[in-house]
Amino acid sequence: MNTATTTPEQHGAEHHDHKPKGLMRWVLTTNHKDIGSLYLGFSFLMFLIGGAMAMVIRAELYQPGLQIVEPNFFNQMTTVHGLIMVFGAVMPAFTGLANWLIPMMIGAPDMALPRMNNWSFWILPMAFSILLASLFMEGGGPNFGWTFYAPLSTTYSPDSTALFVFAVHIMGISSILGAINVVVTIVNMRAPGMTYMKMPLFVWTWLITAFLLIAVMPVLAATVTMVLTDKYFGTSFFAAAGGGDPVLFQHIFWFFGHPEVYIMILPSFGIISAIIPTFSRKKLFGYSSMVYATASIALLSFLVWAHHMFTTGMPVAAELFFMYCTMLISVPTGVKVFNWVATMWRGSLTFEVPMLFAIAFIVLFTIGGFSGLMLAITPVDFQYHDTYFVVAHFHYVLVTGAIFSIMAAAYYWLPKWTGHMYHEGLGKLHFWASLISVNILFFPMHFLGLAGMPRRVPDYALQFADFNQLVSIGGFAFGLSQLIFLVVVIKCARGGKPAPAKPWEGAEGLEWEMPSPAPYHSHTTPPIVK
Amino acid sequence: MAEQTTHYYVPSQSHWPIVGAIGLLFIAIGAGMAVQQLGSEAQSGGWLLTIGVVIIIAMMFGWFNDVIKESDQGLYSAQMDRSFRQGMSWFIFSEVMFFAAFFGALFYIRTIAIPWLGGASNNQMTGQVLWPEFEAVWPLVTTPSGDTTTAMGWQGLPLINTVILLTSSVTLHFAHIGLEKNNRKQLTSFLAITVVLGVIFMLLQAQEYVEAYRHMGLTLSSGVYGNTFFLLTGFHGLHVTIGTLMLFVMLWRVIKGHFSPDRHFAFQASSWYWHFVDVVWLGLFFFVYIL
Repeated sequence: MNTATTTPEQHGAEHHDHKPKGLMRWVLTTNHKDIGSLYLGFSFLMFLIGGAMAMVIRAELYQPGLQIVEPNFFNQMTTVHGLIMVFGAVMPAFTGLANWLIPMMIGAPDMALPRMNNWSFWILPMAFSILLASLFMEGGGPNFGWTFYAPLSTTYSPDSTALFVFAVHIMGISSILGAINVVVTIVNMRAPGMTYMKMPLFVWTWLITAFLLIAVMPVLAATVTMVLTDKYFGTSFFAAAGGGDPVLFQHIFWFFGHPEVYIMILPSFGIISAIIPTFSRKKLFGYSSMVYATASIALLSFLVWAHHMFTTGMPVAAELFFMYCTMLISVPTGVKVFNWVATMWRGSLTFEVPMLFAIAFIVLFTIGGFSGLMLAITPVDFQYHDTYFVVAHFHYVLVTGAIFSIMAAAYYWLPKWTGHMYHEGLGKLHFWASLISVNILFFPMHFLGLAGMPRRVPDYALQFADFNQLVSIGGFAFGLSQLIFLVVVIKCARGGKPAPAKPWEGAEGLEWEMPSPAPYHSHTTPPIVK
Repeated sequence: MAEQTTHYYVPSQSHWPIVGAIGLLFIAIGAGMAVQQLGSEAQSGGWLLTIGVVIIIAMMFGWFNDVIKESDQGLYSAQMDRSFRQGMSWFIFSEVMFFAAFFGALFYIRTIAIPWLGGASNNQMTGQVLWPEFEAVWPLVTTPSGDTTTAMGWQGLPLINTVILLTSSVTLHFAHIGLEKNNRKQLTSFLAITVVLGVIFMLLQAQEYVEAYRHMGLTLSSGVYGNTFFLLTGFHGLHVTIGTLMLFVMLWRVIKGHFSPDRHFAFQASSWYWHFVDVVWLGLFFFVYIL
């Protein structure tokens, strides 16, 4: 390589801890740690905004009758709450973790395509500004549910739907570019000796997640495109009068949507597979079976989409096919849960905050898995479909699953990111407050659903009043508990007990071999992994 | 993986990504507003969209210019080259999935939605009660609600276009061989031929659309036949346009003396993209026109 000419760029890269200052550091950055922090910060902001919308929903549902918001506004809240939590909170949080951790874990100097990495992030605030701004437009924002089923999103949708469509398009571009970066980083940037079967499971799960993202985000783009042309250009993909079919919408949407739900849980599996061994002081039980289980879950995720559509009148053969495929997923998932428990078995356990969240994840995610199994049984689903039972199910897997794992990850790696230990007492308070309130919030929803309360309604029959009140109280408590987390993170970023390179006795991996906080540029020369 | 690379070039700061993000913001808002303003006097959406597109084009020029400069300075290793290649391959895979969704919609409509509307499977009453006159045939020239249209045949323009596009893939391959053998004349001439063939394809496709709209009563809103026909061929046409522009830029760079037998990622990427567009057309010709 030509060393005689030194460009300003090269200059910057070779001074190891030269950090640019001010706002422009964050706007122009190509550093995977900076971009990781941006993703995580953005995700938490979205978590609070989406959470505030959930508070509106729970306030309205505190009592039967309409008291706080109009039904149409209520629908906008359920819709945008879902969109923000899925695309704005959970996915960017995982991408932030991937940015921070994957290069450190595999011994790479940065992500493979650092400038594209910056682009992937900065598209997100743009997309969500559009989405949020559409709420204030005449006729209101999206009100058709985060699944935007036709004809709700075509014939009956508000004027602002075009903006929703293009916002989804650009957030899709962001996800695809981000996922390409992750795949290329993992395939091409591993340090010498870091063979595939030596990679930490977080890296493995993200590799598979990124593949899913690249495969299905374009399908989402196609779906919203057809919604756009149906609404504005006179096509009839989803209208029977022109030869189309509203059920076609659901097929295409869920072909994206089902892999999407695994996109939101596979990285969690990676996180839990890092934390459980650390605090059990044992090697992970069944590493290779974990890898194969993750891959099987990902492959099966392409064959189960119509289990969201059992009540659309599909032929019995199709219902059976999708029912059995769905149930099959519980096998690799069971392997995972078994392996985590087996890792803890006879381990020398301690219960720091990351471990608490991880154990809560295993228990509560399994509850969500079981209710998923119930929903997978076609004849039973006829009863549960579109009730609060479904709401309970997916909040167990997404809140006590995905979000709890993200919290666990944040506590686990905060010392590495900030160079300080977080406040253990406050962290424990956050954990217990979250654990108790989240179960008050979501557990009674099972009973509401089984008793027949439909989802996405601003008002309900009197017999559901008591449980709804309880659920709302749990909801407010869970929302407030998350502010403790904000305090913990700010305190930790500003100061606290200095963290050693490896703050957790049982931790393994390349990221723990570098000082805390991790230097701005790490692994500029790849380490040799034995 | 993992040859002993001493240095993986990590650019420090760049303002192109944020420019690109702002460009996409303009595009999304502009496109959204333009669609909402269809049929009205207002044009602000169109303007915002245009500004966004201009910003993105500027970004691409600036960004790629930086990359070319860095590459010329010898900052890139073989590993970097692999990053680019793998990145482009995955991008093309995402494009494949985009088309797959539209092909999936086409197959669903043809094999399930239309027969069901005609009373197949357990939908006998649908056929009898809703639209008793409806005939479940493909191409669907009469929609359930009674709109009629004409189907596009595969002979004539589509067949000619198939030959043109297939030929262009071959000429592009010859150009690539020329590049690898460092035969610049072969490279330049075959690349130029490919660009011309791309342009001819687009013109003929436009001609076909004019024909469809003026004489055949086949429009975007002619029921699901028109919907799938125009969206599939339209998105393909858009990709041919992008591919032709990419190859045109490559031609321009070739004439300026860029690329060497062992360093020509941009050429390679454009060529992959062109072959991909070609394969999509084969799928289109088969499933949209012939069958």
